[in-house]
Amino acid sequence: MNKSGSIRRFFGVPFMLWAVLFILLPLFFVLQHGLTNEAGVFSLANVRLALEWEYLKALGLSILLALISTVCCLVLGYPLCLILREYAKKSGVLIFLLFLLPLGMNSLLTTMAWQTILERHGVLNMALAAIGLPALQIVNTPVAIVIGMVYNFLPYMVLPLYVSVAAVDTRIIEAARDLGASRWQTIRYILMPLTRPGIISGCTMVFIPALTTFVISALLGGNKVLLIGNIIEQEFTAAYNWQLGSALSMVLMVFIILNMLLEFFTDADKRKREVKA
Amino acid sequence: MKKYFALLIVLALAVLPGCDMFDDGDTAESENDNVVYVYSWGDYLSPEVMEQFEVETGIHVVLDEFDTNESMYPRIKEGAESYDVLCPSDYMIQKLIENNLLQPLDYSQLPNVQAHIGKDFLKQSEAFDPGNRYAIPYCWGLVGIMYNTKLVDEPVDSWSILWDPKYSGEILMQDSARDAMMIPLRMMGYSMNTRNPQELMAARDKLIAQKPLVQAYGVDDIRDKLASGEAALGVIFSGEAINLMEANPDLRYQPAPKEGTNVWIDGWVIPQNARHVENAHKFIDFLCRPDIAAKNFEELGYSTPNTAVRELVEEDMDEDELEIAFPEPEIYQGQETYQYLGEVMDRFYTKLWLQVKTE
Repeated sequence: MNKSGSIRRFFGVPFMLWAVLFILLPLFFVLQHGLTNEAGVFSLANVRLALEWEYLKALGLSILLALISTVCCLVLGYPLCLILREYAKKSGVLIFLLFLLPLGMNSLLTTMAWQTILERHGVLNMALAAIGLPALQIVNTPVAIVIGMVYNFLPYMVLPLYVSVAAVDTRIIEAARDLGASRWQTIRYILMPLTRPGIISGCTMVFIPALTTFVISALLGGNKVLLIGNIIEQEFTAAYNWQLGSALSMVLMVFIILNMLLEFFTDADKRKREVKA
Repeated sequence: MKKYFALLIVLALAVLPGCDMFDDGDTAESENDNVVYVYSWGDYLSPEVMEQFEVETGIHVVLDEFDTNESMYPRIKEGAESYDVLCPSDYMIQKLIENNLLQPLDYSQLPNVQAHIGKDFLKQSEAFDPGNRYAIPYCWGLVGIMYNTKLVDEPVDSWSILWDPKYSGEILMQDSARDAMMIPLRMMGYSMNTRNPQELMAARDKLIAQKPLVQAYGVDDIRDKLASGEAALGVIFSGEAINLMEANPDLRYQPAPKEGTNVWIDGWVIPQNARHVENAHKFIDFLCRPDIAAKNFEELGYSTPNTAVRELVEEDMDEDELEIAFPEPEIYQGQETYQYLGEVMDRFYTKLWLQVKTE
């Protein structure tokens, strides 16, 4: 008993080491920078600075665009997963892999490709001109950023969503249909509640990278649309103000932690109900 | 469990200073070697030139590169690495001097500097390095307007064209606080090194008013967008203009709009903690040799303060290119160079620029 315990602990060491070196220690350094001034003395000055209007405006815009992207990904991803479920036995896996394929490409590259597509004299406008339609001004607007986010992060939505949709017992759906539920009612009252964990983890996995991105907004927003990620990047590189950069990261982290808590509690909620049932 | 955790922290702490130990061993070993540690902008030295230096002097060049002055500064300030020679820009040289991070140069070891570096440029450098004690100018340039003659058929001689609603969506601006603020400050007749909050806020308001007309703020991407005809007008450094005009013959360049512009100078300096000071001098002097400066110029395209280069490269260049690479003295004389304004002012500039960008 004792022996198996120490073996178990032995296998845990790499993960402990990982957690300390790559999660706790960096986090500690961010907190240390964010909560001190240049002299290294404890101070809330940078946190106060991080809550000033310009930064909050950028944070608000980041949250808004990240939410819109998340909703778009969900609206695109959910029907896809339902379709994939139907085809599961035939070509579902293949289509599923196809949707994951962009993950294998460098996201910088795919975002630059989007830049080429959306540019004023880009692929899209050339195609529109060819069929006699007026050009669209998409690049360097929030719309372009949302497009880039949805494209880059859709796989993160589809992955957990598909797993959870595919796990639903077919007999439950058949039972619902037998008892007179329409197609929509089956989705609304049977599938959606059953796949809620998948929906929530999919949303989290899209929302967090969308909230923190700076590459997509820099390339597709022409630096005219400033997200909080861009400001943090600037504070660390151009402005060389690591204290403020860290303080901004801390403010951003609050929202990420809120998001994760939401996921945790909805999960816990579900588990409680399962136990009762 | 707790015990393991404590053990891990001890381990982690043991590993961290360990990195330092390796570092020390490395540099101590190299002290005996015949090397020079160079820290410079990316693509700022012709590889051929460095090879030739190694062959001629037997000194091995170890090159590290930075992409902004700001990313270079902390590495010098913390003294984490000991470099022998650096190539920062004007205002950053001043910041390094003010923080006692540089050592004075020994001109007796720099005969080529005395023979070939233009007096104009040494004088201009005094704005950030009084007495030319610390820095030897290496590359310099102006900030001007590149325009596409297919889309702009009027003469471009003033910054105010960047505020003309006719060119809405066709304008590319520099994405850095100093370069962006410089333009409206000059348009209103203020110094680009002003510390006056009223003047700076007026400049900010002008930039906010201009924002709806701007297609994008950028750094390197401005080049691509101008070359592909994606925009009609862009603010760009003179050193990049020649390459761009070769890439797209519709492009023309106004290096110095009439309200005045920035003359930037990048120079070689030797940090206080350099370990191969003699080699550093040899390296700087080598770069000032006319044939070497010409080779570097041909590869990089940035204007050189070396007065002997023009006649060596003249025949390979056309009129327009010569005019940009070797402008008449009246174009650059009397123009301002950025000065380091101190931490507080720096942050104020950054803040105003942020207000423009989040507007």
